[in-house]
Amino acid sequence: MKNEPENRITLRVNGAEKQMNIAPWTTLLDALRDYLDLTGTKKGCDHGQCGACTVLVNGKRINSCLTLAIMKDGADVTTIEGLADGETLDPMQQAFIDNDAFQCGYCTPGQICSARGLINEGRATTADEIRELMSGNICRCGAYPNIVAAIQQAMQTIERSAKA
Amino acid sequence: MNSFSYTRAGDVAGAVNEAATNRAAKFIAGGTNLIDLMKENVARPTRLIDITRLPLNRIENTHDGGLRLGALVTNADTAYNEQVEKRYPLLSRAILSGASPQLRNMATNGGNLLQRTRCYYFYDTATPCNKREPGAGCSAIEGFNRMHAVLGTSDKCIAVHPSDMCVALAALEAVVRVSGKSGDRTIPLADFHRLPGSTPDIDTNLGEDEIITAIDLPPKGFADHYAYLKVRDRKSYAFALVSVAAALETSGDTIKEARLVLGGVAHKPWRNTEAEALLNGKAATRVNFQVVAEAIMRDAKGFGHNTFKIELAKRAIVRALKHAAQMETRR
Repeated sequence: MKNEPENRITLRVNGAEKQMNIAPWTTLLDALRDYLDLTGTKKGCDHGQCGACTVLVNGKRINSCLTLAIMKDGADVTTIEGLADGETLDPMQQAFIDNDAFQCGYCTPGQICSARGLINEGRATTADEIRELMSGNICRCGAYPNIVAAIQQAMQTIERSAKA
Repeated sequence: MNSFSYTRAGDVAGAVNEAATNRAAKFIAGGTNLIDLMKENVARPTRLIDITRLPLNRIENTHDGGLRLGALVTNADTAYNEQVEKRYPLLSRAILSGASPQLRNMATNGGNLLQRTRCYYFYDTATPCNKREPGAGCSAIEGFNRMHAVLGTSDKCIAVHPSDMCVALAALEAVVRVSGKSGDRTIPLADFHRLPGSTPDIDTNLGEDEIITAIDLPPKGFADHYAYLKVRDRKSYAFALVSVAAALETSGDTIKEARLVLGGVAHKPWRNTEAEALLNGKAATRVNFQVVAEAIMRDAKGFGHNTFKIELAKRAIVRALKHAAQMETRR
């Protein structure tokens, strides 16, 4: 058993190593927003029901609001801020703009990170499968048709660049 | 959330020792249910034992030809495991009908068994609940009980177990492997969860110092004739009003063995082996399915808002059995 009264943890966030001292009850969501000033990831319901807090941990999409930061010591975290390559948007970000896949935008960082995770998983090809496997992200504005269209576009873009 | 201390377990024995010395401590793995309950002040552990780095994260063949699912394998990795998809598609289907992709990426197999009811009175600390506070009373019995149980209820609690995975595990006669202060033991899934009786605060027969290490699936996977039917208020990402796991072994048109387990209707996955046996040696017909459905739901009792579940469950049973029986022609 290893006790860690200091609770000093290291996260690799968007490619950069970050160290911080946190209380054990600090969620990954609060660590990102309040300790690292990465406010792109949103707090919606804070109960794992809306998906606004979705980030990628070691390449997999999870709800950061139901994750204790201390338990992810050493993990690789990607947030919405880490998707673009400099000034070049990630194909998923570009596809959300091209397809007008949001209105208020509050759920968008979670939608985009979740969609990125969906592509990593490689389980969705049809629109129906995309809808089912995006069910963990709620959009209060109801932009769902355009979100599905954006994901389909990004899938094609990513597939093309993988072949090239 | 209350404040708590944190420790990371290095091995199973260490985790068990920690739990045995501090009864207010809790194991944490995926955290998808426990952290939520802590945010609601329903769970108030003073210490969390992080078990995520224990070596319980593999899926491997057992000597008897079955499959062992490590307690820490995520629900997603279990559902998409090649062996599970091929040999136990019923389990795969059940898991994928629950929660969201994000939650399935976090939630573990052990945690799925130990998740608590989503009864909204249990979650609402402003209302009485015998499960949360023994002796306080039940707000659901005469309250809004649309999601609640119609089988195996008591006058203390009518909550349901919310898992889809456990319904399939019960149909497959899975066995839970646990480790505690007094050694290792196995618990058949059918005996793992409890009915509420007079102690609705105790969900399972797992000892306070015991940890789930794995879930064993017997060789028989019913991959040719199975169905998982989940009826809910919206198409995806909702708990079941009624769910049915049906698995059949057939010879021609005759049923040799039937397994039938219901979710969303009781405090545990609901299986009635006597009713199941009514199908043995019978033809796979709607009439025979209807007889079983009536037998299973004979003692069901509604509480007003949830009384519709009795008829709904009968129809779901018939439909699930039909799907399971007709699979070959559908393929």
